Amino acid sequence: MSDPSSINGGAAVAMVGKDCVAIASDLRLGNQSLGVSNNFEKVFQFGDKTFLGLTGLASDVTTLSQVFRLKTNLYKLREERSIEPQTFANLVSSTLYEKRFGPYFIGPIVAGLDSKTDKPFICGFDLIGCIDFAKDFIVSGTASDQLYGMCESLYEPNLEPEDLFETISQALLNAVDRDALSGWGCVVYVITKDRVVKRVLRTRQD
Amino acid sequence: MDIIIGLTVKEGTIIATSKAATRGISILKDNDDKTRQLNSHNLIAYTGESGDTVQFAEYIQANIQLSTMRENEIELSPKAVASFVRNQLATSIRSRKPYQVNALIGGYDTKTQKPSLSWVDYLGTYVELPYGAHGYSAFYCTSLFDKHYRKDMTIDEGLKLLQMCVDELNRRMPIDFKGVYVKIVDAEGIRQIDFN
Repeated sequence: MSDPSSINGGAAVAMVGKDCVAIASDLRLGNQSLGVSNNFEKVFQFGDKTFLGLTGLASDVTTLSQVFRLKTNLYKLREERSIEPQTFANLVSSTLYEKRFGPYFIGPIVAGLDSKTDKPFICGFDLIGCIDFAKDFIVSGTASDQLYGMCESLYEPNLEPEDLFETISQALLNAVDRDALSGWGCVVYVITKDRVVKRVLRTRQD
Repeated sequence: MDIIIGLTVKEGTIIATSKAATRGISILKDNDDKTRQLNSHNLIAYTGESGDTVQFAEYIQANIQLSTMRENEIELSPKAVASFVRNQLATSIRSRKPYQVNALIGGYDTKTQKPSLSWVDYLGTYVELPYGAHGYSAFYCTSLFDKHYRKDMTIDEGLKLLQMCVDELNRRMPIDFKGVYVKIVDAEGIRQIDFN
């Protein structure tokens, strides 16, 4: 009930396709059972092709998205290039472990393409920064059980961008409909070599 | 619990707060104003632990006014004010004794000429909303807002909708909250208006 990571609700998922990745989240922000906002995006961009999904306590989602904006901006000034997904994953991990004994109550996921090789990269974390590398999909949030079920049944390797969009969308849509704390709209990013496409999905409004 | 409601209309933001100051089973005061003016186009309305609330609101007020003086009378935008409040509460929640304060910040951005309503709770959760409320009143009012709210409402239409909310609260709330103070933030600044 007063578990910080399930006060506000929310879900996020990332998937790997053929030379592309997709990352998606729902848009709900609630206070326990009461829906407060239907416009709370949980996916943030921190490089040309580096994305972060942040579920959990909304206060920490905002705090961390601001911390990472600061850190990646300073990184860009130092390195004169934007951060790679791999590097960013390590940045997330070390940032979270700094707060080992008073953690941020979040479930981050990273998705992106390496700028040199165009190789897809996804990974997830626990709240203290342990990295979970995966080659297929990563789920996070209050609908993570449902997302695991949907992804295990819908996912197949080497999907083209359009098919990957369909797969991740259906996985998320059907997962959040079985979770009282998630839903109220979804947003999906499909990242390919030469472009990033953002789509907002209409969902059930209950 | 105290009542705090806010909504944005086409040309401004309307904020209503209950007049009753309650402690246990007693109403101590029937003319309690739960708002503080931060600068000429920003108003904070608050609920929560008595003692914390006024302390926190006046601390915010002082800092925003200090900023205005330091920045040569250039005032912070509603977004900047709300971010500052959020940041204070997000820092506070991990301290030894956090402020237990929930707030609505009504603002009017004079640069973009857009009204705004920021919903901030004691955890440091911050969202911008077309309409919102804190506490039990949120349960009664949000459904009314969902049904009747339109983005392009005038101030008068907004006040009519607010009247519906207050009527509903008078009907359903177990204790008398002694009516509400209503303040409007728009291009002209902040003003209080007569309400029932």
